[in-house]
Amino acid sequence: MTAPAAVTIDRLSKHFGPVRAVDDLSFTVRPGAVTGFLGPNGAGKTTTLRMLLGLVRPTSGRALIGDTPYLELRQPAQTVGASLEASAFHPGRSGLDHLRMFAPQVGVPESRCHELLELVGLDQAKKRRVGGYSMGMRQRLALAYAMLGDPAVVILDEPANGLDPQGIVWLRQLLRAFADEGKTVLVSSHVLSEVQSTVDDVVIIAKGRLVHESSLGDLRRLAAPSVEVLSPTPQRVVELAQAQQWRAEPQHDGLVVLHNADAAQVGAAAFAAGIELHRLADVGVGLEDVFLRLTGEPTQEVAV
Amino acid sequence: MSAAIRGEFRKFLSTRMWWILGLAMFAYLLFLGAVLAFSFAYGSTTASVDTGAPLLSGEDAATMTYSLTSPLGYVFPLIIGSLLFTNEFRHQTITPTLLVEPRRTVLVLAKLVVAAIFGVIIGVIATAGTVAGGAPVLALMGEGAYLGNSDVWSLLGWSVVVMAIWNVLGVAIGGLLTNQVAAIIVIIGFTQFVEPIARVAMTAVDALQGVSAYLPGAAADAVLGTSFFGSMGETDLLSRWAGGLVMLAYIAIFALGARFITLRRDIG
Repeated sequence: MTAPAAVTIDRLSKHFGPVRAVDDLSFTVRPGAVTGFLGPNGAGKTTTLRMLLGLVRPTSGRALIGDTPYLELRQPAQTVGASLEASAFHPGRSGLDHLRMFAPQVGVPESRCHELLELVGLDQAKKRRVGGYSMGMRQRLALAYAMLGDPAVVILDEPANGLDPQGIVWLRQLLRAFADEGKTVLVSSHVLSEVQSTVDDVVIIAKGRLVHESSLGDLRRLAAPSVEVLSPTPQRVVELAQAQQWRAEPQHDGLVVLHNADAAQVGAAAFAAGIELHRLADVGVGLEDVFLRLTGEPTQEVAV
Repeated sequence: MSAAIRGEFRKFLSTRMWWILGLAMFAYLLFLGAVLAFSFAYGSTTASVDTGAPLLSGEDAATMTYSLTSPLGYVFPLIIGSLLFTNEFRHQTITPTLLVEPRRTVLVLAKLVVAAIFGVIIGVIATAGTVAGGAPVLALMGEGAYLGNSDVWSLLGWSVVVMAIWNVLGVAIGGLLTNQVAAIIVIIGFTQFVEPIARVAMTAVDALQGVSAYLPGAAADAVLGTSFFGSMGETDLLSRWAGGLVMLAYIAIFALGARFITLRRDIG
């Protein structure tokens, strides 16, 4: 692996005619962590990554790997490993041939291709034509391609698309291992929940602009916690909530959902007030809601 | 650069298209070689009683038969070559390709080199097809296959060279016309209709007579040193070296287009 290198996006813009696909975007991605690059479809994620990799020319601004633009890297494929679309294969080539044809320029022997195919779980299928691969297998092959040069920076565009649940767990462990090795890992997704158990940092964009950049922990803090309370006297719970300035949402059968409070606070207050509780539970932190609020998507539309 | 060339080699060899097209080319030229040889052999035995003008015979018949590889078969190396570029765009492998080799000039040059080397192999297959079709017929029914003749061997050698050049031009065309279907349609349309008609038509117009020698097919004939279409009344080929330079000029124009038009555009 080459020396660790941060990724810097510096006032990057790309206009397609009147459309500002990426608009004055700046953020950094640190080594040794997995960073989620999030935003709804069409937010400008792929365009940003393509500018970072020298495939799309920015209208203005710059993108750096360490302190060098991709096009000026001396050993690009050993510095950055990227997979931008899991469909970029000739269907008539075998998975092995797909890797073999890049090996000379990446500067690795053919044995490395076999190693990686085994690592991503395609050992049995490597001689088969990619045309017969499932979406998940293509994702694995794309990942093997990105890993060919054992790069310090790994950039993956929607790598979880098409992976089965086991595959997602496997991907998570792999990305974690990359970060632990000191690699810089940037993973894009349009679904926060897909990466929320994987990423350390988040960069969220919408309509080409940065809307949030922080650690996942800080993003969680933006989310208001909620508590589910079951009581034989729900009316008293609601009154308690009013006194404590929590927002209460009475449900059916004595169930009340309280917002802006956690279970410890509610339990203590209920105990002090002598209210009988039959259930007390933290319910999610509403991270997805924060994501949707930040990216300006109405909640109903995305309630899949 | 050598790594880029090795990569392009593997790319080329790892799809089935080149040998399917190579096989089709071999069969096509074998058939045409046999047909043309038969027409000469048949012509020479029935003599020129009714036409009054003798068909070619002897060494001329053999030479004319063996020279059909490029004039009738050049569509194959052009298409095979174009695939080296159009496949990348059709299947989006241009993205990983440019990630491992961001230097666009190196990419274009590597593809041209691989096309030249592969072109020699394609040229050998094509020329062998023509000979395999023509020689037995000439030997059995005509006045001999003339395969011991050094002029014939020189012609066969130039035939291989010309086919290799066509293959390189094919890559350059594919680099500019990156849409695979469009590239194939343009290549077939140009080689099968536009150029043959233009070459015959231009000879009929005084002002254009000199121009027709600069058409790619005529330039290839000049390199070959014999004109298949010459027998149809066309004259005035360029010298061998001038013909070669004209072909290289076509390659340069398309390759520059690939480098500075196609590969300057945003990818993706």
